Amino acid sequence: MTHLRTPLAGARGLGAAKAGFNHWWLARVTSLALVPLILWFVFAIASLGNMNYATFVAWVRSPVVTALLIITLVVTVYHMMLGLRVIIEDYVHPEGLKVASIIVMNFLSVLLLTIGLVALLRIFLSVGP
Amino acid sequence: MASRSRPLSPHLQIYRLPLTVVLSISHRITGAFLVLGVLLFVALLVSAAASPQAFEAVHRHIASWYGQLILFLSTFALFFHFCNGIRHLAWDAGYGYEYPTVNITAYIALGATVVLTLLVWIVAFAAGGEQ
Repeated sequence: MTHLRTPLAGARGLGAAKAGFNHWWLARVTSLALVPLILWFVFAIASLGNMNYATFVAWVRSPVVTALLIITLVVTVYHMMLGLRVIIEDYVHPEGLKVASIIVMNFLSVLLLTIGLVALLRIFLSVGP
Repeated sequence: MASRSRPLSPHLQIYRLPLTVVLSISHRITGAFLVLGVLLFVALLVSAAASPQAFEAVHRHIASWYGQLILFLSTFALFFHFCNGIRHLAWDAGYGYEYPTVNITAYIALGATVVLTLLVWIVAFAAGGEQ
């Protein structure tokens, strides 16, 4: 029976380069995007100096800043999820615990991202001083 | 039976780790540490969205000595992960695997980390005291 199949049929889908390549590639794409985003973010926050509520909110509320913060937060959390997954896969060996840890990490990361985005939009849409 | 001296695998407490190995594990450690930075920024956003009082409460912790220490370590970790990450991107593009290039880029990454960290804190202090 099996001898009628070509060797290729038996090898297809069994190699190491399945979803792993996509994971690796996305980690690189997100890191490339984060190069300018992180430089902007850190130096923009630093130039606020000794910020208070008014200066921070006024800065966040500018449409360009809100837009850039949304992109930065989304890409950062996605990059974080990719990295944490690799760390879990490397150190958590029991299969069930490993899969459960990755799922919990993904849930918490999306929760954190959503909380951050809702807070950002609430500041952006608020009518303030 | 007399024990022969057999080759041992590198013993972590004795073997002097090459610079490339130290930077490699540091990349992972700083990456994990930076989760704290994301949490901190989201906390600041949530407090600012809530009320001026909530913002001041969070900001008081950030402005304290331990807050500033965590912030300083976070910027250092961030810039290390940033600089060493660019080194990784160069490797992924197929460049920089040779000796002594790997060691030279390691020192460049470390130097750039120190310069960028100091620069961002100079900018922060120039803009008006601790932040």
